[in-house]
Amino acid sequence: MLNLIWLVPLLPLLGFLTTGLFRNQLGKSAGWIASAAVFGSFIISCGIFNELRGSASEGFTYHVLDFIRLDSMHIPFNFYVDHLTSIFLLTVTGIGFLIHLYSIAYMSHDEGFGKFFSYLNLFIFSMLLLVLGSNYLIMFIGWEGVGLCSYLLIGFWYTNHDYTNAAKKAFVMNRIGDLGFLLGMFLIFSKFGTLEFTQLPELIATSSVSNSYLAAIGLCLFIGATGKSAQIPLFTWLPDAMAGPTPVSALIHAATMVTAGIFMITRSNFLYSLIPDIQHIILIVGLLTALIAATIATQQNDIKKVLAYSTVSQLGFMFMALGVGAYTAAVFHVITHAFFKALLFLGSGSVIHAMSGEQDIRKMGGLKKDLKITYFTFAIGCIAIAGIPPLSGFFSKDEIMMHVYSSGTYGKIYWVFGMLAALMTAYYMFRLLLITFFGSFRGTEHQKEHLHESPALMTMPLMLLALLSVIGGYIGIPAVLGHNLGIHHALEEFLEPVLVKGNTLHHASELGLSHSQELVLMALAVLIALIGIGLAYNAFKKYNPSKQSSGIARVFEDKWYFDEAYDRTMVKPLFHVSELNNEYTEKKGIDGLVNGIGKWIQYSSQKLKGLQSGLVGFYIFLMVIGMILLFVSQLWFNKI
Amino acid sequence: MLILLILIPLCLGILTFFLPEKIASIIALAGNCITLVVAGLLYSAYSHEGSYVLNQPWIPTLGASFHLEVSSGLQILMLILTALTFPLIALVSWSKQPDQSNRFHALMLLTQAGLMGVFLAKDALLFYMFWELALIPVYFLCSMYGGERRISVTFKFFVYTFAGSLLLLSAILYIYVHTPVRSFALNDFVAAGRSLPLAQQKVLFWLMFTAFAIKMPVFPFHTWQPDTYEQTNTRVTVVLSAVMVKMGLFAVIQWLMPVLPEACDYWKNVVMILSVTGIVYASMLAMVQTNIKRLIAYSSIAHIGLMCAALFSQQNLGQQGVAIQMFNHGINIMGLWFLVYMVESRLNTQKLNEMGGVAKTAPWFTIFLVLVSLANIALPLTNGFVGEFVMFNGLFNAQTPYRFGLTIFAGLGVILSAVYTLTMIQKVAYGEQKFDFKDLNMQEFIVMGLLAALILWLGFNPSILMDLVSLNQHAFLK
Repeated sequence: MLNLIWLVPLLPLLGFLTTGLFRNQLGKSAGWIASAAVFGSFIISCGIFNELRGSASEGFTYHVLDFIRLDSMHIPFNFYVDHLTSIFLLTVTGIGFLIHLYSIAYMSHDEGFGKFFSYLNLFIFSMLLLVLGSNYLIMFIGWEGVGLCSYLLIGFWYTNHDYTNAAKKAFVMNRIGDLGFLLGMFLIFSKFGTLEFTQLPELIATSSVSNSYLAAIGLCLFIGATGKSAQIPLFTWLPDAMAGPTPVSALIHAATMVTAGIFMITRSNFLYSLIPDIQHIILIVGLLTALIAATIATQQNDIKKVLAYSTVSQLGFMFMALGVGAYTAAVFHVITHAFFKALLFLGSGSVIHAMSGEQDIRKMGGLKKDLKITYFTFAIGCIAIAGIPPLSGFFSKDEIMMHVYSSGTYGKIYWVFGMLAALMTAYYMFRLLLITFFGSFRGTEHQKEHLHESPALMTMPLMLLALLSVIGGYIGIPAVLGHNLGIHHALEEFLEPVLVKGNTLHHASELGLSHSQELVLMALAVLIALIGIGLAYNAFKKYNPSKQSSGIARVFEDKWYFDEAYDRTMVKPLFHVSELNNEYTEKKGIDGLVNGIGKWIQYSSQKLKGLQSGLVGFYIFLMVIGMILLFVSQLWFNKI
Repeated sequence: MLILLILIPLCLGILTFFLPEKIASIIALAGNCITLVVAGLLYSAYSHEGSYVLNQPWIPTLGASFHLEVSSGLQILMLILTALTFPLIALVSWSKQPDQSNRFHALMLLTQAGLMGVFLAKDALLFYMFWELALIPVYFLCSMYGGERRISVTFKFFVYTFAGSLLLLSAILYIYVHTPVRSFALNDFVAAGRSLPLAQQKVLFWLMFTAFAIKMPVFPFHTWQPDTYEQTNTRVTVVLSAVMVKMGLFAVIQWLMPVLPEACDYWKNVVMILSVTGIVYASMLAMVQTNIKRLIAYSSIAHIGLMCAALFSQQNLGQQGVAIQMFNHGINIMGLWFLVYMVESRLNTQKLNEMGGVAKTAPWFTIFLVLVSLANIALPLTNGFVGEFVMFNGLFNAQTPYRFGLTIFAGLGVILSAVYTLTMIQKVAYGEQKFDFKDLNMQEFIVMGLLAALILWLGFNPSILMDLVSLNQHAFLK
């Protein structure tokens, strides 16, 4: 199976070309072709996963071609498959396939049907390149590729100016991060002469490169990650990205692309384990993002915006895990989050579909009667993300928080703040659930008549994802619970070969926690989630949509004014200075100088022209003066 | 074979003046195609056998010889780019011939002859002659075809570049006087230039570099360019932008660096700082342009700035990146100008806010616009990426204390280019439909399809370019 690895990205690429070039001829079959392509990749990915499961070997490299072949730079276009890759392959193709299926029904009335599926396939292709690349450069190709697809899909309905602005914003903010990624690559290449994941761990471990140099690399790469994975300060594009069709939000802006930063840093664990200072920065950034995004999510009224900020917040949790070196926990949360967040987004899509495009939860309510499957699965998603056992979110979040708790001097303080974010998670998700599905319907009469459950093609993926959200946690049962049952932490064992030694601190005993401590922390986590749900129930069992928020809630609703601050301090001044440069520096300054020189030459030749008067006497007069000057200068020089 | 590259366009150019308009365009296109075939043959011969020489005495009493030679991959790339540009221009604008098309095509052919000569000559006097020969027909093209302000703008362009040329001529003559046997041959120039004391080299550097910097153009010698691009007929803009600006970079590599290596090393920081300033400055100006041609002009200045900076990084890697990028930038900017040409010929405007919403009726146009724009901002898997990546690596490893700052500052161009390019796409293609914008016709589709294929293929598998510039690094950095 490993020898077929080239097929995994090739199938979606072919799907992209077919559905793209023949989008007008294919009609509705474009959706099936695109889905089949992704399904093919999924099958092969399963085979690869199966093959790797038994072995603890190093990864497998597949050579495609020499990408850069210069005298002093050699970077191959290679695929590299190891345990980490195979997990991401499964997530991307598996969830990707379900979302493709869902989209066939969701997008069926859109005139850009074929175009949509070609973009989706292009995205899957880019994402697969990202996870398959054997070096930072190939990863970067996929990295920018998914950014492009994100741009194309956010601006999918291109006649809307706001949407294309959102698309542009996403691309530019990602580019800011990408510059960090690029600088990281320059730093690595300049010192080590290679970008290969197979060679760098050893080179870095044995080199005498100063720690500050490594820290600079780590920081640059992390800046790249903040762009793609929507962390402070580069997170504001993600909520705007909800302008794209809802399946896109589920696939790209929740389940897969935004986790690329986590993948990249996990991939670079050999580097980050050597630079604790940078890890600390990652931890703090993750924590701040988790908190701030959660506060914003509590006050949003657009169903997709709530989920978007929730995604930002959950990504923050993953970065917290990376910050304390708990790579397995981060990947674990990537997987479970992919299940329940894809589920929630697709569920919201089903709601929006039923509401004829309405996204404002203030105009919904009482939908559980008409949308039974959507309601049921959405509720499962909410319970999963809130962290109620035995659903998947509980296990992955618990593992992260456990590591945070036992890390360093301030671990316990960070744990408290992390739990605060978890509390808000439970609160805003149940707020969303209660406002949308409970109470009485607040939409128009027309919408009310139109209310219907989505077709089977949409509800099937919902049910499958709901199932995964329920059982997904069993790949990572903590030892304290699983020990007596003879269940191991399967993910941890699977990922062990990927992580450098010293990064495999996972058992609670190694964390310095006793079993009883661990159980107390778990109980606390469940209690906090229940409090969050209780608060939400108390506040929204009778919902009044016209209530205006005030005070701090107002700040949350207005997203802490991040966009306004960026606009005032960066965007506007930049354009203002550019205008000034255009008007003054360029036209009056530089070009003025050039024209001035031209004019001056014209002017002086005009004056000099007067000397050629044609009067012989005047010429003789000048000649004499010239001779005297010569004579004097001669004397002067001779004297010296 | 080498002489054919000059003779075909030269003879046909003279002939075309006297042909009736209808035949003129056909003869010109046929001539262009033959030249392209010859260039292709030269490439395949070169990759098998290596260098090609034609060396005849020209003005023996002065020590000037008619010395054409292909000895580096960079020359091959520039020759192919020149040979490719002209037939594509003719083809893309086939359905709408310019007034007095015989005169137009004749001048275009003469320009091509001059450009070929510039890239082939290994004799300083011959080089200078071709340098001017390429400029003169372009002067007529600019002043006879174009916008309302074309006369004054072209006059400035001509005087500006000509002033540079005079500085170049004075430097050539100064070095000539110091050659051991009074010869204009490149090899003798190299020996003479290097034997001069550093103080003189430093002055000579600016005489030559100013001429080349105006041509590229590098900040702050760039102000002729946006005006000229805006006012000239877009067919001519393609020539200026895709090929002629490369003359400056090419001359630095072929003449300035080998002849005055110590001075180049001495002044490199100044040049790199100017270039990198130019990247950010031009990118910022591109963001606020309301005229699409000026926007692309500033975008081009920013790109050239990166190439010039990488060139003076004095790193092998950076310079190879420049050679690759000179070709790829030619392809991409050509594509952009063709798209501008299509917009102009359909909507009769260059103003961005008078465009918009064409995606609905012109999907192919939009696809090509997006693809070429992405190549212009160096998205991976388009041809623009590899060269830029390699150049940045070169700049980053430059032997200068400022290398970090220079790289980061130049990197801002990566972000800003996304801002202005995506804004351009948005204003041209997106939004509500306003006009019945016709999608590409057959010729336009063929040309854009060819460019798109090049963009994607060279983006995925750039080894063909890499092999050209890396095998010949000795010739390249003589």
